[in-house]
Amino acid sequence: MKEIRPAILMLIMFSAICGGIYPAVVTGISYAIFPKEAKGSFITDKSGKEIGSALIGQPFSDPKYFWPRPSAATDFGYNSMGSGGSNSGPTNPDYLKMVASRVKTLRDSGVSGPVPSDLIQASASGLDPHITQEAANVQIARVAKARGMSEERVTKLVTQATEERRLSIFGEPRVNVLVLNLKLDALK
Amino acid sequence: MNMYEWVEIIFFFVVLLVLVKPLGIFMARVYQGERTFLSPLLAPGENLLYRICGVEKDDEMDWKRYAWAMVLFNLVLFVALFAILMLQHLLPLNPQKFPAFSWQLALNTAISFVTNTNWQAYSGETAASYFTQMVGLAVHNFVSAATGMAIVIALIRGFARRKTSMLGNFWVDMTRGTLYILLPLSLIGAIFLVSQGVIQNFSAYKTVPLVQAITYDKPKLDDKGNPLKDAKGNPVTESVTAKEVTIPMGPVASQEVIKELGTNGGGFFNANSAHPFENPTPLSHFLEILLILLIPGALTYTFGVMVGNPRQGWALLGVMLLLLIASFAVLQGVEVSGNPLLAKLGVQGANLEGKELRFSLAGTNLFTVATTGTSCGAVAAMHDSLTPMGGMIPLSLILLGEIVFGGVGSGLYTMLAFAVIAVFVSGLMIGRTPEYLGKKIEVREMWMSIITILTAGIVVLILSGIAMITPPAAASMANPGAHGLSEVLYAFASMANNNGSAFAGLNANVNFYNILGSLAMILGRYVPAVAVLAMAGSLAEKKYVPPSLGTLPTDKVPFALWLTLVILIVGALTFFPALSLGPIVEQLTMLGGK
Repeated sequence: MKEIRPAILMLIMFSAICGGIYPAVVTGISYAIFPKEAKGSFITDKSGKEIGSALIGQPFSDPKYFWPRPSAATDFGYNSMGSGGSNSGPTNPDYLKMVASRVKTLRDSGVSGPVPSDLIQASASGLDPHITQEAANVQIARVAKARGMSEERVTKLVTQATEERRLSIFGEPRVNVLVLNLKLDALK
Repeated sequence: MNMYEWVEIIFFFVVLLVLVKPLGIFMARVYQGERTFLSPLLAPGENLLYRICGVEKDDEMDWKRYAWAMVLFNLVLFVALFAILMLQHLLPLNPQKFPAFSWQLALNTAISFVTNTNWQAYSGETAASYFTQMVGLAVHNFVSAATGMAIVIALIRGFARRKTSMLGNFWVDMTRGTLYILLPLSLIGAIFLVSQGVIQNFSAYKTVPLVQAITYDKPKLDDKGNPLKDAKGNPVTESVTAKEVTIPMGPVASQEVIKELGTNGGGFFNANSAHPFENPTPLSHFLEILLILLIPGALTYTFGVMVGNPRQGWALLGVMLLLLIASFAVLQGVEVSGNPLLAKLGVQGANLEGKELRFSLAGTNLFTVATTGTSCGAVAAMHDSLTPMGGMIPLSLILLGEIVFGGVGSGLYTMLAFAVIAVFVSGLMIGRTPEYLGKKIEVREMWMSIITILTAGIVVLILSGIAMITPPAAASMANPGAHGLSEVLYAFASMANNNGSAFAGLNANVNFYNILGSLAMILGRYVPAVAVLAMAGSLAEKKYVPPSLGTLPTDKVPFALWLTLVILIVGALTFFPALSLGPIVEQLTMLGGK
């Protein structure tokens, strides 16, 4: 029973060190060097009010907005209180039906040719803020028409909302849907 | 793979291999009690800690005492965490006023974090307070990792020492692992993660307006909170419009980093490392994969240093690398080609269901093999939605016993048990007494190695079998047919091997999985751990046998290949029947277009 004392005291000491001091130090340093990131990379409007995080996607279904990927978050798409994927298996009949209906929605909106897979397959987090460049390109005509803008102008905004590979190597080029739609609204 | 993906993957392995040696040497010095560059900073605190806790630094333990200290410590950890979860509503730092966990869920969660599994039947953003995450879960991420490392160090001492029964002091090994290795690396990693956008704060959750309000159907609930159904049995829904959304906050970065570094895997949020606040950019993704493989990889070098021949460590690392890269290649191949059933609908591109776009496909797949080859279990993609053969890769990596880098400590000790078996079998074939690292392999070592390797497999197969004939357990499956079997098999494989990832469609927060899963996690963690310490004790007492002409060199390529073969044969013999009923059948169905 000699080991009981260290067992209990070690727990208390390490709870204080790893559960108290360590996160406090990380928080302190983060607030000093990267305050915006530590607080959630929020986008603010002109009055300084937080209107969303650049890292967390939002739902869009209006033709005048670019549409994000489908989301399997609980309750409604892009509900950040219920992050998660669909967990549908690739041969699940219900899943295949759902994908077919998403393809139909896109076809009805004027997408011809191949449908980019990211536009009909839900992300892992349900909050993915990005779509591929291909997925943005197939939507340009619709958005331009709904807003009465030229396709060139919309294309330019897509380019501005595109995030390139980090350090020219890591990840893939991708379009941030919330940032892009806010840019569109700002034109008015 | 495109050119960028090749560069990314190759660069990753270069960075990993460059770090193995310096970190391996550093860890060897730490565990051998030598001075390191951190000693001036940390030694006074370390000594104070021993004084407070009543630990004598030089009080060496035999294997039984070492094992007893380990088990007792884990028991105390379990009680403390169980209490925190049950009393969550009374504790501080709970801005969202989350209630206590149910006892079944608290039991499962406490065991899960103490055993380094981090299986999660709860969803972090809607169930766990900041206090629970930090003082409860994150603390266990540190100490359960340090426990695994202490056990493998005791085993390495068993090989390295001669004619003694002493293996070191558990408290000292556990303390040094946490203070000198886990904490400094976590601190650096956490700051880097914040620079990428991982959040680190104690704010209450934030509510922001949606740019476009969204109308959706919400199931109506009766007074007791059960879904209402109409006369035909269909759920009754009402139309609701959401005009704003709540974004969860919290001290994420400090926990994210140890979740990977300690191969724990328990996400702050439900979506784990796929959540943009846990893993916001390709660079955070790169670092997180590196953190997962770093300590398990470097421990092979520590092992080499401590047994006096670094090449012994490189041989084991070579086996791990071979299996990891081969698994990655298969996964990448099947996921790139996409889902043929969707191609029929006019869809073009890779299988992106359950994947995030900010990581390249190769990066996502590398995370998947790293997290299941080790016992980490964090996920950056939903494994349930991989193509059937793709899903078989993480499942197989777990079933092999978490040795492809493996958990911190636990991976290497399981790999050493495989090495003992490989040496023994080859000894039988060439008719010599088997020796490994100058120690004769005899009946006791064989018994302990076999227990170490087979415990998890036996638990997985028996419990999956029980689930299949228990109606409430089968009702938890989210996908029909062969895929459902894969979900259950994956759940028990993940828990018994202390991985913690899931084919997450399975509704695991029911009594059946909470309770039998707890059993699987306990057996899968402590039976091998104690067996390994018993083996360490018997090895330490043996005298050293110098290598002779008949000794099989275990630091060369032929042995590494032989060891790989032994691992694959043991894995295939145990699990091939179950795998052929699950993923293999489903893949054939999918390719057949049905």
